[in-house]
Amino acid sequence: MHFSTWRAFAIIVVAALICAIAIPNMLPQATFDALPNVLKRKMVLGLDLQGGSHLLLQVDADFVRKEKGENLRDDVRRVLRDTKIGYTNLTLQGQTVSVRIRDEKDVQEALRKLRELSQPLTGVFSGSNIQDLEITENGGLIRLAITPAGITQRVGQSVEQSIEIVRKRVDELGTVEPSIQRQGLDRILVQVPGLDNPKRLIDLIGQTAKLTFRMVDMTTSVQQAQAQPPADAEVLPSNEGQPYVIEKRIVVAGEDLIDAQPGTDQRTGEWVVNFRFNSAGSRRFANATRDNVGRPFAIVLDNKVISAPVIREPILAGAGQISGSFTAQTANDLAILLRAGALPAPLTVIEERTVGPGLGADSISAGIKAAWIGSIFVIIFMLVTYGLFGLFANIAVAVNVGMILGILSMLGATLTLPGIAGIVLTVGIAVDSNVLIYERIREEVRAGRSALSALNAGFDRALATILDSNLTTFIAAAVLFYVGTGPVRGFAVTFGLGILTTLFTAFTFTRLLVALWYHWWRPKTLPI
Amino acid sequence: MRIPLLRLVPDNTNLDFFQFRRFSFPVSAILSLLAVLAYFHYGLNLGIDFKGGTLIEVQSKTPKVDIAAMRTTLEKLQLGEIQLQQFGDNEVLIRVAQQPGGDQAQQEVVAKVRGALGESVEYRRVEVVGPRVSAELLGYGIIGLGLAIIGILIYLWFRFEWQFALGAMIANIHDIVLTIGFMAVTQIDFDLTSVAALLTILGYSLNDTVVIYDRVRELLRKYKRMPMAELLNAGVNQTLSRSVITHLTVTLALIALLIWGGRAIHGFAAVMTFGVVLVGTYTSIFIAAPMLMYLGVGAHRERASGDGASERS
Repeated sequence: MHFSTWRAFAIIVVAALICAIAIPNMLPQATFDALPNVLKRKMVLGLDLQGGSHLLLQVDADFVRKEKGENLRDDVRRVLRDTKIGYTNLTLQGQTVSVRIRDEKDVQEALRKLRELSQPLTGVFSGSNIQDLEITENGGLIRLAITPAGITQRVGQSVEQSIEIVRKRVDELGTVEPSIQRQGLDRILVQVPGLDNPKRLIDLIGQTAKLTFRMVDMTTSVQQAQAQPPADAEVLPSNEGQPYVIEKRIVVAGEDLIDAQPGTDQRTGEWVVNFRFNSAGSRRFANATRDNVGRPFAIVLDNKVISAPVIREPILAGAGQISGSFTAQTANDLAILLRAGALPAPLTVIEERTVGPGLGADSISAGIKAAWIGSIFVIIFMLVTYGLFGLFANIAVAVNVGMILGILSMLGATLTLPGIAGIVLTVGIAVDSNVLIYERIREEVRAGRSALSALNAGFDRALATILDSNLTTFIAAAVLFYVGTGPVRGFAVTFGLGILTTLFTAFTFTRLLVALWYHWWRPKTLPI
Repeated sequence: MRIPLLRLVPDNTNLDFFQFRRFSFPVSAILSLLAVLAYFHYGLNLGIDFKGGTLIEVQSKTPKVDIAAMRTTLEKLQLGEIQLQQFGDNEVLIRVAQQPGGDQAQQEVVAKVRGALGESVEYRRVEVVGPRVSAELLGYGIIGLGLAIIGILIYLWFRFEWQFALGAMIANIHDIVLTIGFMAVTQIDFDLTSVAALLTILGYSLNDTVVIYDRVRELLRKYKRMPMAELLNAGVNQTLSRSVITHLTVTLALIALLIWGGRAIHGFAAVMTFGVVLVGTYTSIFIAAPMLMYLGVGAHRERASGDGASERS
């Protein structure tokens, strides 16, 4: 029961400091904002407590794979045409493009040119000299296989691009502090606090928004095209229901847009989206409209024709408008999508959890109420069972909870409802460590030891047990943290932290309290 | 005047827990069997985390909700299996089974229900879990339980002898089987939160078992000649007061959660209360401790004491 002064001091300072970090949580927002930045640390309320939407999105990796294969095939065709090498049997099968070079003497030249298509992988693979393509040649047949690492990298890039685009779109909704992060290889987690109907958010995120301006093919009818699909045109449905035959060649694509804004048409008063092209886009659009006056062109969004107006005069200014029976909201949403750009691959919502603000508020008050009532029960029970030592235990438990809140604030961790349950259970565990110590002291007293030696023996022997029992529980908490998601993880965090703070208080703080008391009063017998 | 302190377990209590195994082992065997039967008969009421589907919690804006009318309205949507459960006067939990047609199809359920109920209710909670996620979550849950058991086993093996680790593991499995039986009988939603509850029960039960084992180990070192049955009894009896007091405090904390914690954690609190309060303590005292005898803890020591006896004769 001996603590050197500096050690006692250190223990109290550490405990007090960690507890103090929790104080900003209790300050009113105005006071909190006035704090210096170093002290601006606070627990974040989970979506289950403050209300909001949690959406897990899956990037369509199959689409990325397929697209990568098709791009490779097109690249091979382009390279061979540009270098004027004759070829046959250009095919794409899965992730492999194969092509037969007609003339034996061109094979080496073709290989050299095609090898330029292969890119070394960057990122985690950099330095390992792995390429995204594997190129082999056998008797004039060249095979270009996309390596698994190449696919992984491409999917990863798509996810990163998607995250940027999703972020732009979500930001346009003007919600507070949305969180958008990558999860696993091909998923994106979007968390938006305070949103009680995520339908608009889902609609905004879920659209690929690939916009193209193309000419309508007037040489054939829809029926003919459906019966006998032409090589360079396709039949696409439209918003009005009537399908069109649209040329595959893209005049201008969404990438060339530099702005899009909702507005109303001056003549008809209906909602439209006004857009502007960049200079390259303007030039191509001007050329196309100049050559095709009197013919209709189509504005295609995600393989659906929004409108197909007839070109009345060349559009040279690089600006235009899209009309298509919009409302104020749909015009605004389309403008948002066009400004944010197209997703590289379709996204699907695979998990949605939304908590309305009413339920969140109810959960907070219920959680806090349960925590207080539980604590009061425990405090009274400990006082009745151990008297003065019960008071020490209660102080230690209070410090314990204070420290959990302090560490959570320091980490900026998220407090969820199960997290509150974890704190309540920590109260139980923290009390247990005291019970183990006190019961041991009682035993030592019964065995006839003096007050001081009973205290010493009680603490020393109980601590080994406390360590063993708490570490086993900690393993369970660690596993929960590792495999759990969302709220469950919140429980694992507070529960695990609670075990650590319990070990700290049991080994230092409680013992210090009892030691201080002993040195002050020098009792002959222990009131336990 | 001094108020006497509460002694729940009188000093020097010496109950014959070891003899009690003649009763507790068969009872546990029967209960475990019943739990397994209940599991196969009733099955677990898998929540949407594991089964996929949609869960919508609504609060009617009128003081009382007409649940029959709501049911009729929703059944017209033809969304397949649909369950309505009323809480209080005006809250209803709507569960819609997973729709055929992959992840995309699940999203339409919410839109349809919102369309049908309109603005007559407040949407307090909406959860949609697609088939891909639910399969993964179930996998994670099972892996989690498995990892926890193995991790704890390895830890105990390092800290104690292997017999202790094995005894604790048998006790563990006993806890989990009984709790799963409880969930099958009560049909409490089995979801991610339940896995959290199961892991916590595991942790608590082990915590208790370890405290007793720790004492047994200490006694093994101290009393080299005490017969094993007596020694195990002493271990349980000496830690009994602590077990009772700790469990009362944990029970108090859990009861607070159960009664005042709100419906969102009610299921969690109920499972925890059953597992920690009813099963965990019982297991540590009546199963885990006597089990040590059968696993041969101190077997070589008995021989040693036998040698000692021969020396004395």
